[in-house]
Amino acid sequence: MHSRFCAAAIAVVTLAAAGCEKKETPAAATTPTASTPAPADTRPDTGPIKVGILHSLSGTMAISETSLKDVALMTIAEINEKGGVLGRKLEPVVVDPASNWPLFAEKARDLIQNQKVAVTFGCWTSVSRKSVLPVYEELNGLLFYPVQYEGEESSFNVFYTGAAPNQQAIPAVEYLMSPKGGNAKRWVLLGSDYVYPRTTNKILRYFLHSKGVKDDDIYEEYTPFGHTDYQTIIAKIKSFAKGKRTAVVSTINGDSNVPFYKELGNQGIKATDIPVVAFSVGEEELRGIDTKPLVGHLAAWNYFMSLDTPENKEFVAKWKAYVEKNHLPEAAKRVTNDPMEATYIGIHMWAQAVEQAHSTNVDAVRQAVGGQLFRAPSGFTAILDAKNHHLHKPVFIGEVKADGQFKVVWKTPGPVRAEAWSPYIPDSAKKVADWTFPWVCGNCTEPKFATKALAAAK
Amino acid sequence: MTFRLGAAAGVVLAVALAGQARAAGLDEAIRALGASDPDTVRRAVGALGERGDPGALPALDALLDDRLRVGADGAVYIKDRERLLDAATGRPAAPAGSLREVETDNELRRLALPVLARLRLSAADSAVRLTAAEELAGDDDSLPLLRAAASREKDGKVRDAIALAVARHDLQSTDAGQRLAALSTLRQLGKVAVKTEIETLLRTEKDTRIRRAAEAALSSIHTREVVVSGVGSVLYGLSLSSVFLFAALGLAITFGVMGVINMAHGEMLTIGAYTTYVVQGIFQRHFPSLFPYYLFAAIPMAFAVATATGVILERGIIRHLYGRPLETLLATWGISLALIQTIRLIFGAANVAVANPSWLAGGTEVVAGITVPFNRLGVILFVIAAAAFVWFLLQRTRLGLQVRAVTQNRAMAACLGISTKRIDMWTFGLGSGIAGLGGVALSQIGNVGPELGQAYILDSFMVVVLGGVGRIAGTIAAALGLGIVQKFLEPISGAVLGKIAVLVVIILFIQRRPQGMFPVKGRIEA
Repeated sequence: MHSRFCAAAIAVVTLAAAGCEKKETPAAATTPTASTPAPADTRPDTGPIKVGILHSLSGTMAISETSLKDVALMTIAEINEKGGVLGRKLEPVVVDPASNWPLFAEKARDLIQNQKVAVTFGCWTSVSRKSVLPVYEELNGLLFYPVQYEGEESSFNVFYTGAAPNQQAIPAVEYLMSPKGGNAKRWVLLGSDYVYPRTTNKILRYFLHSKGVKDDDIYEEYTPFGHTDYQTIIAKIKSFAKGKRTAVVSTINGDSNVPFYKELGNQGIKATDIPVVAFSVGEEELRGIDTKPLVGHLAAWNYFMSLDTPENKEFVAKWKAYVEKNHLPEAAKRVTNDPMEATYIGIHMWAQAVEQAHSTNVDAVRQAVGGQLFRAPSGFTAILDAKNHHLHKPVFIGEVKADGQFKVVWKTPGPVRAEAWSPYIPDSAKKVADWTFPWVCGNCTEPKFATKALAAAK
Repeated sequence: MTFRLGAAAGVVLAVALAGQARAAGLDEAIRALGASDPDTVRRAVGALGERGDPGALPALDALLDDRLRVGADGAVYIKDRERLLDAATGRPAAPAGSLREVETDNELRRLALPVLARLRLSAADSAVRLTAAEELAGDDDSLPLLRAAASREKDGKVRDAIALAVARHDLQSTDAGQRLAALSTLRQLGKVAVKTEIETLLRTEKDTRIRRAAEAALSSIHTREVVVSGVGSVLYGLSLSSVFLFAALGLAITFGVMGVINMAHGEMLTIGAYTTYVVQGIFQRHFPSLFPYYLFAAIPMAFAVATATGVILERGIIRHLYGRPLETLLATWGISLALIQTIRLIFGAANVAVANPSWLAGGTEVVAGITVPFNRLGVILFVIAAAAFVWFLLQRTRLGLQVRAVTQNRAMAACLGISTKRIDMWTFGLGSGIAGLGGVALSQIGNVGPELGQAYILDSFMVVVLGGVGRIAGTIAAALGLGIVQKFLEPISGAVLGKIAVLVVIILFIQRRPQGMFPVKGRIEA
């Protein structure tokens, strides 16, 4: 509570100093606060800057998170080759929270308090993020979270470089409703049983209602983590799909995807009859599957390895070179994916912000991160929103090809601003995430600093 | 005479010319399939559909299979295994320069599938006609074609499929007689697919005669639906039971018969699965022609590797802990962690891909709407064979006799000259080996990763305890019961609640009958 108040006070001071003309460019909001003591910054300014990497390298999530650790190390090496940040080298501190949610919090505390890292890049599942959140807020740390998630959150100490639901789930459903996507009228919402699928499906249900879809035409189903027997569910989807054009929205996470898609192929469901759009299946997950029966099924992401842009070619080439140079296992088969791109963007934006703030002080850097621009591998210029701490990202919808890559069939004309609080859920529609004055809040219905003077000034 | 000949020649010439013109048009449309602009390709598919020329069949088929290639000059070729065929003539071709693959997406596939099906409605093979008729069921534009096909169709199944498609359409007809006729067809064929359509009809229908027919049709469909879902639950339950049984069969021997609480049992499954992965790799590299049969080599290998691991474990650690169940529990749990980490070090943390051989991919439709995948069917047959093997080994061989003797009365067996230590070793090895076989089966239906065994350890203990410790028959019965009960509960309560409900049922059952379903009568040495 104390640190919250402190942070808020700092924001007020900063903005008061910056005056009212701060609106012109996002960069104007990046005035560093020089005199704030931060717990992390007691080292001399010449040594390496420590950067925490908090990804599971063992346990169920290791499959997905290991490559995020690898891409983070690659990006740090890339920045160091160009001379580091503020003339100092970046020193990665890699820890393994072992897919164990409480251990995430412990490791996070260790990174901030003992290792004194300037920033952390990490987490994959929403459970792990929720577990470290209080630690970062208590110790005023800085976390970059690179994975698409369910939204309904905005923290002063976290920057979200993955997609919020309106940058992934909602465009995907809109696409399937369109004539090009197959005019789906009936919806199966299928997911693993935890917070991300449940919240996403809650948002989607409200969204579908707003589009006139009745509850009779929505079938929601959850399976436990690691579920392998999808026979009954797929038989049920088959009979549910009779009568109206049906699409399946899958938020199944982790290994369960393999038996799910295998069963889909075995029971002869084709993408032209019942397309399945997945939000947690990317190039990395398809590596372990025989993709032939999946051709035509869809995924919605903000990046695909197959994107044909010069920036992406460079990114993929860099990754391949890094993988080979460091003899990572299965080097020839390694791919890039969306959360890896988000990690890459996040690290670069943080480095730019440190240069701009001329300090690794968390409060100064936080001010500087808001409004950072970066030419992303997706070919678009990503902006980090100073208000809600989320990244503006383009949305792509791709069809699985036989080689395990995606063919983009639809994309947004430009980057989309994230909605941290979904406007479709009545409770959250009123909430605002805005870390600039006078709101300074991630979860409010009224600005925190709506003083009389301000009201008069308006 | 000459006049006649001349006329005949004229006719021939005219036909030939017309044929050429037709071929030219077809040629053009097929060529357009290779255009780089997706709209042109879509228009070309539409044009081929309007022509209705079966000459376009191979090209369309190749388009949907991603086998269509375009040369630098825009000519279109079909890739047929190793060779290239000219898409229009079907003759082998050898184009110069690099070829571009024609890309498809769902939009194009949705457009091309009915076109292809319409062309296939007059195919020679009745199976091809059947899939074509099913494909066209919802397609109103194909109706005249379907009616025409119905009149000349000889094959009963295909005729039914066409009749169903036509009847579904006729339900919306303005003519009451036609609606009635459609209803009687639908009632006879009783497909669940048309349920919603009849329900919609009932909502608007005024004619009482038709209403009554519709209700009758609906109730007959409903009955069929109940039967089908019952059959489905039993089949899916059997398949789940076979997985349970495979996980538990080995444990029924080590825990049930020997009384060793082996927490590392799951890792024996993992070892079996990874052995399958290694054998698969060897076949891929060295014997690609025999690849479809790699499983037959993997089965004995997995059994051997898991048995050896079991024997080493028993000799190295477990034999020192007999009679100390708590220490056994902790020690084997440690072994389990060590084995998981070893596998992770050798094969990496990520899952490895074990492919189904082609003869295990796909499935067969048992009843309308219930598909049993071949890999699941394979596991069911395999577990029956494995259970028979265990039964034979325990009941009909000398080793089995000795195992039973040792477990019933160790001291007496030793007095009769049976080396109880050797028997312990082989019994534990056998239990582990059977778990290795389970690993082969699991690799065909699920993921192969270091934590594979962890997912099954709980289920297997549950099955063994429920069945009654010490009874193989009890284990089989418990696996069957659990699988089928879970599958009957799943559609009602969902997968998560289904699992919880099963656990509650087990707790209640164990409360009532602590010895399990088939308690061992008499004395057993723990």
